[in-house]
This record gives sequence, C-alpha cells and structure tokens, in this order.
Amino acid sequence: MTVFARTAAGSAGLGAAVLACAIFALGWGMISVPAADVVQALAGGGDSLNGHIVRDIRLPRVLTAIIAGGALGIGGVLMQALFRNPMADAWSLGLTAGGQLGVALVVTAAAFAGPQAISFLQAFEGPSTTLGAMLGVAVFALLMMMVARRVSTVTLLVVGLMLGFTVQGIVSIVLHFANRVGGRVFSGWNDGTFANVQLADMPVLAAPVLLGALLALFNAKALTALLLGETYARSLGTDVSRLRRLTLAAVVLLVAPVTAFCGPVTFVGLIVPHFARAVAGTARILPLLPLAALSGALLALAADLVVHAPWEQHFLHLNAVLALVGAPVVIALLLFSRTMRGQH
Amino acid sequence: MLQLKDLAVGYGPPRGVVLGNLSMTVEPGRFICVLGRNGAGKSTLMRTLAGLQTATAGRALLDGDDIAAMRPHSRARRIAVVLTERLNSPGMTVDDVVAMGRQPFTNWQGRLSADDRAIIASVLQQTGSTAFAARLFDALSDGERQRVMIARAMAQAPRLMILDEITAFLDLPGRVEVMSLLRRHAHATGNIVLLSSHDLDLSLQLADEVWLLDGAGAVTAGTSQDLIVQGHIGRAFDTEGVRFSADLGRFVLAPPAG
Repeated sequence: MTVFARTAAGSAGLGAAVLACAIFALGWGMISVPAADVVQALAGGGDSLNGHIVRDIRLPRVLTAIIAGGALGIGGVLMQALFRNPMADAWSLGLTAGGQLGVALVVTAAAFAGPQAISFLQAFEGPSTTLGAMLGVAVFALLMMMVARRVSTVTLLVVGLMLGFTVQGIVSIVLHFANRVGGRVFSGWNDGTFANVQLADMPVLAAPVLLGALLALFNAKALTALLLGETYARSLGTDVSRLRRLTLAAVVLLVAPVTAFCGPVTFVGLIVPHFARAVAGTARILPLLPLAALSGALLALAADLVVHAPWEQHFLHLNAVLALVGAPVVIALLLFSRTMRGQH
Repeated sequence: MLQLKDLAVGYGPPRGVVLGNLSMTVEPGRFICVLGRNGAGKSTLMRTLAGLQTATAGRALLDGDDIAAMRPHSRARRIAVVLTERLNSPGMTVDDVVAMGRQPFTNWQGRLSADDRAIIASVLQQTGSTAFAARLFDALSDGERQRVMIARAMAQAPRLMILDEITAFLDLPGRVEVMSLLRRHAHATGNIVLLSSHDLDLSLQLADEVWLLDGAGAVTAGTSQDLIVQGHIGRAFDTEGVRFSADLGRFVLAPPAG
C-alpha cells in the first residue's frame, strides 16, 4: 500500500473511532443515556434532562478532549521533528511546565494586584491564562533549544522531565499564595482534566489550536527535510532558522491553550507520533499530521472515559490513566528502538 | 560548466582565508577528485561550492550563474550535497530519504508525481539500493547508507554534485564501488561530480582530473599523470618518513636521512 492509501485508510478508521468513542462518552457516566437519545439530544431534541446532561455537562468535556488530544498529537510530531528526538514532546521537554508557570504567574499577579484585577481575570480567564501559558511555553521552548545543542537525546529528555518537576513545585507554592489571596482553588491542577472548560470557552481553546495546525500543515514539507539534519535541509533549499521559528510558533499555539485550560496532559504527544509513523509507514511529516491528530484525540477521549466511568470514585485522574498507557510505551521505545538503544 | 574566478574560501579571523586565488574551469561530465591532507581546506572548499558558506573573495559560477547569489530553492535544483556526517533519522525509510531528493521539485505538500517516482526507482536501481528501499535508514550498514545518500543526491538531478569525504567509513571494495558509480554517473549524465577524498590511490586511478590542495593555501589542478610526473603529489603529501614515488605511483618509506 502506498503512504497515501495507508494515511487515508488510517485517518478514516481513526476518525470513525473518535466519533464512536465521542457518542459513547456522551452517554456514559453516573446517568446513562442511550446512544439514540445522545444523537437526539445533540440535534436539540429529546427530553430536557438528557439534553442538559449531554449538551451542557458532557459535550464540553468531550469536545475539549478531542481538541486537546489532537493538538498534543500534532504538537508531538512537530517537537520530534524540530528536536530530531523521538522522545521529544511538549510535556517531556518541560514546555508544558513553562505554560503552567505562565498561568500561575498571571493568576498570582492578579491576586496580588487586588480585587479589580481578579474580577478582570475572572471575566477574561480563558484569554489571559492562555496568553500567560503561551509566554511560558515559548520561553521554555527557546531554553530547551539551547540545551538541545549541547546534549544527547536521552539527556535532553531527563533535563526536560526534571525541569517539569521543578516547575511543578514552584507552581504549587505560587498557587498556594494565589489561592489564599484570590480565593481560587487550584488543587489537582497538576493532574490534568478536560472537565473544566465551558462551551463558551471553546473558541478561545480551539482558535489557536486551529491556527497552529494550519501552520504545521504549511511547514510539513520543510520539516521533512529537517529530518536529515540542518545541513541537508539547507542544501535542499530550506531556510532553517525561519522554519525553526515557525514550527516553534505552531507548537506554542497548539500546546499553550491546552495547558491553560486542561493543565499538563502527559504522554499523548510523546507516544502518538510513533503510532502515526507505524500506520503511515513513513516519517514524512505531512501524512503524520492527520493521523497524529486523530489518534491523539482518540487516546485523550479513551483516557477521559476511564476517569469518568460510572463506578469511578474520583481516585483515578487523567494523568494517572495516561501514564498507565504511555509510560510502558516509552520504556519499550527506550529499550527496543534501534535509534534510542544505540545512544550511549 | 563550473568556473572558479579568483575564488578565496575560508572564515573570518582568526582562521582567515584557507584557500585563495582559485581560478579553474570544469567542463560538464567530469569526475573530479579533491585531494589534500587533513586541514588542507577540502571541506571548506566543498561547503563554499555547495553554497553552504560564503566565499571570502571571488566567485564560483555554475553554468554562468554565481552560486552564492542563487536563491536557496533554485540552488537546490542544481547542486546536491553528500556529507560525511552520520545521521540518525528515526523512522525514515530508505524510500523516504531518496524521495527527499525530489523536494526542490515538488509542490507545497511534497507530493511525488509519476515522474518523481520513476526517477526515485531509477536512482535506487543505479545505486543497487532497490533491495532495501523499504527498510529503515537507521538499520543499514555504513556502505548501504552511503549508497542511499548518493541515490538521494542523484534524485536531485543536480548539474553539480558535491561529495565530502563520503568514503571514509567504507572498506576498499565499498570505496571502489562508490567511486566508479560516481564516475559512471558523471560520464553518463554530463553532470559534474566533485568528490573530496583521502583515498589517493583510487582517486588518482579514477578521477578525470584531480585538484590537489598542498596544505599551504594553493590548489593545483591536472590529470593524475601530470600531477605525479611534475611531483605535485609528493610536495602535498610527503612527510619525513614517507614520500611519494613518481616511478612506482605509490608511497614508499623514505631512506633515513644522512
């Protein structure tokens, strides 16, 4: 099968799975709604209680999971190409932590600035925290690109993860004061969740992600050349520094809003590109984008389903589920992949 | 046709100019070997001719156009490069790597036309790489990788192909194979192939012309025979312990002084 045929078939299959999973997720939970009623409720009909549960409570969560999963999947493909590192991802290299720090600083600044700033922040919470996250992600991305010039693949991964832990500690302290001053509750923010987004917030989440995805699409060809390294990319006519800037901008647009609205979502961007490469049978970037977006959405939806299972007593959180799936995959990659194993 | 006009290559201070006052003309279809000891400036010259670094003075013209002034995209359609550096390209198949050579000719999506596909199949066949086209590039041996990288450069259909020290990792049969492949390619297509190498013996046998870097900033161009007879090889490579014998056409141990 050609790459195109594999990509098309894979995308169709994954798309169908995302749709099925979404409809199932809308019906599943403490109160079960049959699939037929879910479809009816989405169309605006059906009884009002079902309509309320499906449209107002579950739909925002399911849409958020799809958008966030897709964004992180594409972000992972970009990061792995940009850093030429199969373990790179916004979370594993600490960019997500940068985003969290950005949000925490915005919230704290508002808390200390007084009640007007807090009410302003509450009115424009989505946009302002997203901007804070964007700034944080961008600064940390530049930092990691400087580090990446000096160290090996695995060292970079360890540095990124440690940076993430460090920042989580700082964020906890910062938010502790923010909570006391501003009265906001940030406990559990490090666990990640898709449930805190309202339908009204959706455009603020989706618009940057869409822009980032488009930017990824138009740079896919040049990024493919970068897989051979900087010199070869230049000899193929690529303006490498421009490509780096644009890819970084795309990563910021994709990852920052997800971090601002959902907290750190682990592992999705790290493992999904490997799955996409296996399905497409190539490392060329363009075919990977739809496959990574759809499989990211599917993974996020599935993990969220487990978190919101009817028998769940709120012990399981999103990142725990993602770690159960993701960490073994990363271990397998480190132990068995030729490239990773070959590095000492 | 490749013309160097008073070309000087090198860096800013402190290293400064490495090779200066280069003026030569290369006719199409020639296979040129660039020889010189380590640090003589081979790579600097190759990178400059590839447009990867700027000349400190003078110009290099390919078919009449200044290489340094070409836009990157149109330069990529005319000049292809193969380097020593071993790269890890996780997940790339051999086919992906060779297809990369068609990038300067494809649309924004990088979609390969039927012509592109035919060219890729043809260069895979010419380099004897068809058998492992579907394998992962990282899983290949050094020799196989070099062949694939050459196939990629050939797919770029360049007027000028620049290969820097690419035989360094190969054993003798591998080196002979690669160099005769490049020689055949130059003669068959009329493209210029410029290969820098440590491999004096093979280069002197196979090259249409040799550029000899003497290590002091000068370059002598000529056929192997001329360079040997006129003693240029000896001047560039002789050390206290070893000297090049023009009669034997190889290095011999120098008799102890006195």
